[in-house]
Amino acid sequence: MSKFQFPESIKSRPVYGTLEPRPGKYHLMIADAEGAEAILDIAAADPSIMAKTHIIYIPRGTDFGAKLRALNPAQYYEGPSYAASVTRIQRVLQDAHMGTQVYLTGTEGLMGQAQNECMQAGIPHTAIQTEHRGSVARRMQCVHCKGITEDVETDPFVCSHCGLNLFVRDHYSRRLAAFQGVCIDAEDPGNVPEAVELYK
Amino acid sequence: MTIQFNKETFRDDYSFKNSDWAIERFPFPFHEDSYMYAVNMEQHRGGPEGSVYEKRFDVDEHYVSEMADRAMVLADDPLRCQSLPHMTLAGWDLLELIMVSKSEDYPDLFELHRDGDTWRWINKPMGIDDTFTFMDETTLPYGPMEYITRQTQGDFCVLDQREDNLWMDAGMVTTQADWSLDFDIGMNFFEWHAPVPLAHEKGIFKRALKFLLNIQQGAPARRLNWTMTVNPLLDTSPENYHKWGIQKTTLTPENIGAKQHLRVELQSFFRLPRSNALVFPIRCYLIAFQDIVKSPKWGRRLHRVIRDLPVELATYKGFIDNRPMMLDYLSAFDDGLPTSPGVFPDNATEPPLQK
Amino acid sequence: MSAAPQKAKAGAEKIDVTVSAVVPLNDLVTRFEFTRNDGQRFPTFSAGAHTVVHMNDGGTPRLNPYSLMSDPADTGTYAISVRRDDQGRGGSLFMHQNVKVGDQMEITYPVNLFSLDLRAKKHVFLAGGIGITPFMAMIAQLERSNGNWELHYSVRTEALGTYVDQLTYKYPNKVHIYYDDQKQGIALEDLLDGQPLGTNVYVCGPKGMIDWVHATASAAGWPDANVHSEEFTAPQPGKPFEVRLCKSDKTITVGENESLLEAMEREGVDAPFLCRGGACGQCETDVVSSDGEFIHRDHWLEPEDHGKKIMPCVSRFVGKSLEIDR
Repeated sequence: MSKFQFPESIKSRPVYGTLEPRPGKYHLMIADAEGAEAILDIAAADPSIMAKTHIIYIPRGTDFGAKLRALNPAQYYEGPSYAASVTRIQRVLQDAHMGTQVYLTGTEGLMGQAQNECMQAGIPHTAIQTEHRGSVARRMQCVHCKGITEDVETDPFVCSHCGLNLFVRDHYSRRLAAFQGVCIDAEDPGNVPEAVELYK
Repeated sequence: MTIQFNKETFRDDYSFKNSDWAIERFPFPFHEDSYMYAVNMEQHRGGPEGSVYEKRFDVDEHYVSEMADRAMVLADDPLRCQSLPHMTLAGWDLLELIMVSKSEDYPDLFELHRDGDTWRWINKPMGIDDTFTFMDETTLPYGPMEYITRQTQGDFCVLDQREDNLWMDAGMVTTQADWSLDFDIGMNFFEWHAPVPLAHEKGIFKRALKFLLNIQQGAPARRLNWTMTVNPLLDTSPENYHKWGIQKTTLTPENIGAKQHLRVELQSFFRLPRSNALVFPIRCYLIAFQDIVKSPKWGRRLHRVIRDLPVELATYKGFIDNRPMMLDYLSAFDDGLPTSPGVFPDNATEPPLQK
Repeated sequence: MSAAPQKAKAGAEKIDVTVSAVVPLNDLVTRFEFTRNDGQRFPTFSAGAHTVVHMNDGGTPRLNPYSLMSDPADTGTYAISVRRDDQGRGGSLFMHQNVKVGDQMEITYPVNLFSLDLRAKKHVFLAGGIGITPFMAMIAQLERSNGNWELHYSVRTEALGTYVDQLTYKYPNKVHIYYDDQKQGIALEDLLDGQPLGTNVYVCGPKGMIDWVHATASAAGWPDANVHSEEFTAPQPGKPFEVRLCKSDKTITVGENESLLEAMEREGVDAPFLCRGGACGQCETDVVSSDGEFIHRDHWLEPEDHGKKIMPCVSRFVGKSLEIDR
């Protein structure tokens, strides 16, 4: 089961929906891992959009690639990582026109970073569809050193850059595509609670 | 009145001090003996003579030292001042607003001479005399917002207005109550207020936003907000929380009167003319508990407010652990007598402490 | 906190002005220019802003909003262009027939409910008739900052093409004119197709045109946030009705040719307002009780608020009784 119902939270925390086909001449779908399932769903709902669709997919160890390719999208690309795919995303957005529909699905880190590229290209974030699938790990920014730690699965966690013990906030920045991590033992150095898996 | 500028620090040895004049005009934020969030806006068009409400941008004895502290913060972390590309026009609007206001309100301290687009700005307390071309960024040492807010007390958020919302798209934030501009830049009104407890549920932010969206040119508004800070530390940033957080644990019954400070924000709101953006200056005033209780009314009232504050708010404002010690200290200044309504100390009419 | 209690006045701040020029542009449209009486400069404004002009029509106060169409950087003069509406309630007729050079008037500070999105990579303006006015200011503002814009302007006939000559002379490559009587129309679908990401569309004109632009853009997959419109709803005449103002402790009758807001003002009730066109939300008033039908004509209230709130600047009521919280 790749869908997870996030509990209600504060207003800055992103809320994800369910992808639905929208009118448009060009469709850009960016997904990682189990996000492939959401693309398979939307293709089943409206197979006709695949002829106008460019899929950019990062498997992250899953094996949905063949199924996605079988949808016969106008363009299909499989990248080994988001970092390896981002210049392609930027290039695609450079030539995209108003009316382009963007669909993002998979982990929060993938959706957040791809959304940021789309926003910088001039698409308002409210017009970008998102659907969470797969891991609930988070992309975290250390508010102290500004370093990003990817795929954080526990609270608290250790900043991969400066080594501080950080607790996981729901406060989220679209511009950084990251949640905020804040030092947990600033007022009582060394007193760090045991790490607990997120949403457990 | 000519202001005597203090030479003082807001870090390390904390030599910050309020004169009797500064204590008397302190913007005490509680108009009654209890506190709950409210939009509590009023027009920002003057106030009692000598009060912090009188001028559009209040200048006080801490001006020069606060600007020196800001320069140090920015040298350590330039991300405290940021402006998204579309906000440059609003930056010029803000520069004009502040230069015109200060030169009109404090002609002995600031001068602005305009000859078409060629402007000469003289800031006597800071020893600045610059000539530049209005709307030409190449003629200033910094962007327009950064240039003028390095010379103006208080933090500044410059908010773009779109889609019936306000967007935090530029700011100078070095004296903040524990929030990060670098993290919050680009957020809308509800998003940057997301971590505040209770107020969303009460509809406070919806009403506040409606009010702010309708603020018009020529009709600025203001309100007060408050929190607590141990030591007169201006830069209570999340960025440096791992360094200053420990100071909260240094309070003792002996030093609390001198170390514990009430931190009040005088927030004002001005519509900017060219950009239609809204500027939101957040001016921080600090006062030690031992100086507050010099006014019997303020001593009585502060005790009652802190005692009765909901746990969520005391937690959010970061003093839940120190509240018992604060109450021990403040209770000595509360004799149970009633207090007069309103924020002013009324020292001439309020009875002295009866214990 | 009430550091200095002041009573808020309704409406935006006002400026006393003198009419410095009255320039008929064609059979229907006249430009009015104002200078300040106190010798100061006007406030700079952001393009798209309007001002509310206060008229004294033989004792009847008339307050009409008009887009500022002068160059926002010109703080010496404000200008508006007024289309005469022979069927309307008289504000535009008063301007055309009674206002002369040298007259003293009162206008408000600029209020902007139709501002440029300064993030836009390109601005596409769609004007219909007198809807050209806000774009005159937007074009002036963008020309100063080397903004990327184009105008598509639909007019009835060559003779009624307000500012067409001036615009086509100054910006021959950016201005496109369409004449109704020559069966020319804006090819909107083609125009929207192929615009670069970050393009924003602005439309000002008749309601039908605004709805058409929103619907066409939406069908082409454009985000709502990139399509901007301004429509001033002039208050429409209607059957007179009675209303009880509970805070003021007054019962008043709203006449056929006045709005509820105007009737309150006539009775000396200080009711808040800004745009007077059902757009800004400032005059929103709670309904205390009602027995009858509301005629909601604003663009502000959500459907679920209908009947619980009313916008007195444009909306009316038909029925037995109405009591509002004013």
